[in-house]
This record gives sequence, structure tokens and C-alpha cells, in this order.
Amino acid sequence: MQAHYGYKDGSGDYFIIIDTDKCNGCGKCVEACSYGVLELIENEFDIEGELMVAVTEEHRKKIKYSCGPCKPVSGERKLPCMIACEPKAITHSW
Amino acid sequence: MSEKSREFWRWREYRQTVPNMDWHEAKMVTAGVDIGSVGSKAVVMLDGELYAYSVMRTGGVSEETAIRVMNWALEGTDLKTKNVHCLVGTGYGRVNVPFAKRTITEIACHARGAHYIYGPTVRTVLDIGGQDCKAIRCDGRGKVMSFLMNDKCAAGTGRGLEVFADLIRVPIEEVGKVSLNVEKEPPPVSNTCVIFAKAESVALLRQGWPKEKVAAGYHLAMVNRIIDLLMRVGIEKDFVVTGGVAKNTGIVSRLERNLGIKPLEPKLDPILAGAMGAALFAKALYEKQIGLR
Repeated sequence: MQAHYGYKDGSGDYFIIIDTDKCNGCGKCVEACSYGVLELIENEFDIEGELMVAVTEEHRKKIKYSCGPCKPVSGERKLPCMIACEPKAITHSW
Repeated sequence: MSEKSREFWRWREYRQTVPNMDWHEAKMVTAGVDIGSVGSKAVVMLDGELYAYSVMRTGGVSEETAIRVMNWALEGTDLKTKNVHCLVGTGYGRVNVPFAKRTITEIACHARGAHYIYGPTVRTVLDIGGQDCKAIRCDGRGKVMSFLMNDKCAAGTGRGLEVFADLIRVPIEEVGKVSLNVEKEPPPVSNTCVIFAKAESVALLRQGWPKEKVAAGYHLAMVNRIIDLLMRVGIEKDFVVTGGVAKNTGIVSRLERNLGIKPLEPKLDPILAGAMGAALFAKALYEKQIGLR
């Protein structure tokens, strides 16, 4: 499942996309993020509840700013969360 | 009630028990309680068939609402909440459903419920709720493949429509129909914020626009915003709309016109999709518990 967390506003689309089929719930990205954007939660999408990564409720509505220090609008930079993720389950829409 | 104090936004609460069904004969009595931000829904199923349901406004305390909506669904039957084998909570207030065995997100429940209501051909589910809007892609088994939720702002949601209905003094049930009563679509109002959209509507009314035309502009703005979100996950046939706003013909027909895809006609009340999905998950959970799967 492709879980899109974030929003769209007048300045663009800001979504962190987590491929929950790839995510193994290791939590390395949670440790790698210095801004506390990610957390491990129980998968509430089916009756079997495994751990998966999600964007915290607190940051969901402001990820443009929360992720800003690692991800400037201009230019590409390797993001700590994406480097930490071995199964490559995390992508960003902007 | 005098015209002046009439609450145009207030929609009717309702319940129903399906006749000629006896829960005593059922092997599995399961229930789903969907505590939404504006409306709460409870569905009781007997062996996966709809038995009773209720829809009411969410109160200030989710626990209380969960108990009230469940008791109301069971009203007139001798079934009690304690006789229900398994109950799943969903929606915005799902963690506060006291008797729930498990909570499941409303996204998964809407996909599952839409799969039940509309059949296995459903691939895209658009749930327009009270305070958020979700675009969901699912597979032939009702499993979520991709989803996107917009809960950053209330523009393009049911609550925005309630505010608007009150403004133009048209009952919420009729506001969609009224908006279709125009010869030509006016330009949409602002769609970034429900407060600005309302302010703009006030200005248009003051300029002498008839309320049908303002309503058309407001609905069009909502539809544009919803389509923007849908484009992110992509639209694949069959397409369905669930949630309370699925009953608004002004929104549904504009979605059809602007997307070029006709949403399927619901066989059951689309507002129940979330609670129904939860009741179906409860059935699966109970089957697993007693070793059936």
C-alpha cells in the first residue's frame, strides 16, 4: 500500500509516501530523522497488526517546514530517512 | 420552530432494522462503529448481512456517542451490545469506542465497505466526510493499495457545506439540488479555505447573485479541490463516492461532469460504508478468533 501523508496547498504538493509493503518496521528511519517526523505505529489497515512507519500526527500538516532543513526547495540532497531505509520504502512528492 | 432560528445545516438522524431477520439464528453477530468528526454511524451485521444501523451527530464526548449510536442501532430489537460477538471501532474517534475489540482506520474500512456496497469492480473510492476528504485506491478484494487524506483544511468537506447551507438558508439535504438549478456554471469561488469561500459567497450574495448561482460556484470550488486530490492517487474505474457528501447531487454530478467518469449508484446508504467495513473486519476477526480462518 502507498500511504500518502501530507497535504496540498497553494505552494505545492507536500506528501511523504510510504510503501507499506516494502516497510519492514525496523525503525531505522525514525532514529535517523532529527526532527521527529516519523514514528512506528501498529498497522491499522487490516486485522493483523504489524509495525509500520508513518508520519506523526503532529507533523502531518506542516511537513513542508518540518522536512525543510533536510530538504530545501531548490536542489536535491540525500535525506537521512531515505538513506537509513534499506528496503527503500520512503519517497517524497516535492 | 420559527424561520429565523431554523438550523439549515442540521441533517436528519435516522436508524433502521432490516425486517425478517433474527439474530438468534445467526452464527456471527458483528458490529462496526464509525465515530466521524461530524456524524457517527453504527452497523450490526448477522453473518455478514446488514441487520441494523443508525446515523447520528457526533457529540462532544466520543465514548458517550459510541454508546448512544450503538444503542440506537439496536433499538426495538432484543439484541444487546454484550451479545455482539465482535465489534470494531473506526473513524476519527475510533480509539474512544469503549467496547471495540480492535480499531481499524477509516481508510481501510471505507475501502472494505465500498467493496461490499458496490461490488468487487470498485477501484477508486472517494470518501468525503465531515472534516476531511480521502482518496483511496483498492484492489478486487477491497484491500487498500494507495490512499491520500486531506485533513489540513475544511474546504471541500461536509462541514463546509453545512456552513454554506446555513448561509444561503437552504436545508442541507437540498443544497446540492439547488446548486444545479443554473443555466451556465459560474466561476468557482476560492477553494483554499472554507472561511474565505464563505466570505466570498457573502460578497457575491451582496452583489445580487441569486443563491442558486452562488451555490453552483461553491460546489464547483469544492469539486475542483477534490479532483486535485484524486489526481494524486489516480482514478481508475469503477469509481465510487462514499461518506455523507455522497448524497449531495450537486457534488456527485459535477464530479461526473469534470472527471468524465460516472460514479456507480449505491445499493445501500453510502454514509454507512465506514461502519459497514468495520463490521466486516469484525467478522473476519471473529472468524480468526474461533479458528475458522
